[in-house]
Amino acid sequence: MKRPIVPLALALLIALPLSLLAGQVWIAPFAAPVKNAVPILMQLRLPRAVLALVLGAGLGASGAAMQGYLRNPLADPGLFGIAPMAALGAVLSFYTGFAVQPFALPAFALVGAGGAMLLLGLIAGRAASVALFTLAGMMIASLAGALTSLAISLSPNPFALSEIVTWLMGALADRGWHEVAIAAPPTLLGLVLLARAGPSLDALTLGEAAARSLGVDPARLQALMVISTGLIVGSGVAVAGIIGFVGLMVPHMVRPFTDQRPSSLLLPSALAGALLLLLADCLCRVVPLAGGELRLGIALSLAGAPFFLRLLLRMRSRLA
Amino acid sequence: MTLAAHDLHFPGRLAGASAAFRRGHVTAILGPNGAGKSTLLAALAGLLPGAVTLEGTPLATLAPQMRARRIGYLPQSGEVAWNLDVETLATLGRLPHRTGPAENAQAVDAALSALDLNALRHRPLAKLSGGERARALLARVLAGQPDWILADEPLASLDLAHQQALLARFRALADAGAGVVLVLHDLAQAMNHATHVVVLQNGTVAASGPPAAVLTPGLIDMVWGLKARWLGEPGAQALAY
Repeated sequence: MKRPIVPLALALLIALPLSLLAGQVWIAPFAAPVKNAVPILMQLRLPRAVLALVLGAGLGASGAAMQGYLRNPLADPGLFGIAPMAALGAVLSFYTGFAVQPFALPAFALVGAGGAMLLLGLIAGRAASVALFTLAGMMIASLAGALTSLAISLSPNPFALSEIVTWLMGALADRGWHEVAIAAPPTLLGLVLLARAGPSLDALTLGEAAARSLGVDPARLQALMVISTGLIVGSGVAVAGIIGFVGLMVPHMVRPFTDQRPSSLLLPSALAGALLLLLADCLCRVVPLAGGELRLGIALSLAGAPFFLRLLLRMRSRLA
Repeated sequence: MTLAAHDLHFPGRLAGASAAFRRGHVTAILGPNGAGKSTLLAALAGLLPGAVTLEGTPLATLAPQMRARRIGYLPQSGEVAWNLDVETLATLGRLPHRTGPAENAQAVDAALSALDLNALRHRPLAKLSGGERARALLARVLAGQPDWILADEPLASLDLAHQQALLARFRALADAGAGVVLVLHDLAQAMNHATHVVVLQNGTVAASGPPAAVLTPGLIDMVWGLKARWLGEPGAQALAY
């Protein structure tokens, strides 16, 4: 029986408490008490771990849904251009100096994500094909990237510049319960919407015409995908910057253990994404690096690029 | 008991096509490339805006899920994006139905048995031969237990034996009360296995009726530009040209 859900849930239950012990200060549960152990655990590590679970679950599930929607194993949640637009929003908050105000940065990022969703809706319209829609997303992504570069090149002072560059390399360092409160509700809502899209994504396995003949409404599915991805990716970028490759890698890791229907992948991908981000963030905390800790976004890209390459080579050998 | 297209117009594809199809019949849609066969079939499946009625009710007024329960559509592409196994593929045919797992399993079992796929039910699609894959795709349609089965060139890429077996299966489905509409290229297959044919030419219906009455050498010359004659006994005829 192919049921990856139980093992993944068990692994999460074991990994979560263990992950709290790891960091610059190691906390051994049965050894002599460490100074400030309680604030370290409750104010620093627990919110960070919870945030890793929330973002990882969102990215994993939306990656699985996106691969199902585009019927392409190389798709990831970034393809709609929502993450770059959210990042542009955040960068503008640094550029304009509003980022020092509490909650301004995530608000700017969420506005950026909302703008991307609006643009997608306007460009794609009612009867857009998946291909046109993807191209629209890529256009939005490249526009957001160009405007982000413009903001960097015109940045008013070196501090803003350094803030922008550091922030763009996504991380969970120094995140607290505020960030959890910002990201968790939209992500959970997004996950619920993705679950509702599940049967339509399954039908889409047979191609657009067959899916429509099975009663799928393409406009409704498109709206569900844009809104859920927007909520998940937008709120994720708002609190942690850009964290790539999770949405691409995770569905591949769990697909062999499912019946391969997109809907069967959603929950396992959420669990595996949560586990991956939790472990990766732990690793970032403990890797000794002069000048601070390894940035999560960089670590995942370092791991993700070879993974992507291996995937391409495997696909090539299958096609040859 | 009819599915009917009323004066369908789609620029460049159909120019005023009307045709009625009945349950219990195997109707073959025939015509040269570009005559509008696939467009007519897609319109009958409710995938294009156009005046199509199902037992008198305009398709456009039916909720998509209700329409999907009545009309099963097998597109030409045969696309399956993921490497599902045969049983999982067939289960996709249950999507329009809001029925429980037991009833779904029963319908899937019946579809797999009807197409001799029981031994292959746990085999992934990538490990099937072309004939097995075509049967698995049809099992997906049958699992939905539709009154109407519309298939676009279901025999393409099959060897002769599998073509014959699948045609016999379509005939059995029609005998059991389904309306079967197939887009075919092979006039001899239509002659021997269809109960009715609809011949399209340049987006309009050139002729329709029982194959023996419609597919005369004169019509074949007019529509396909081919001097041809029929050889052999009724039910096992071949076209010589």
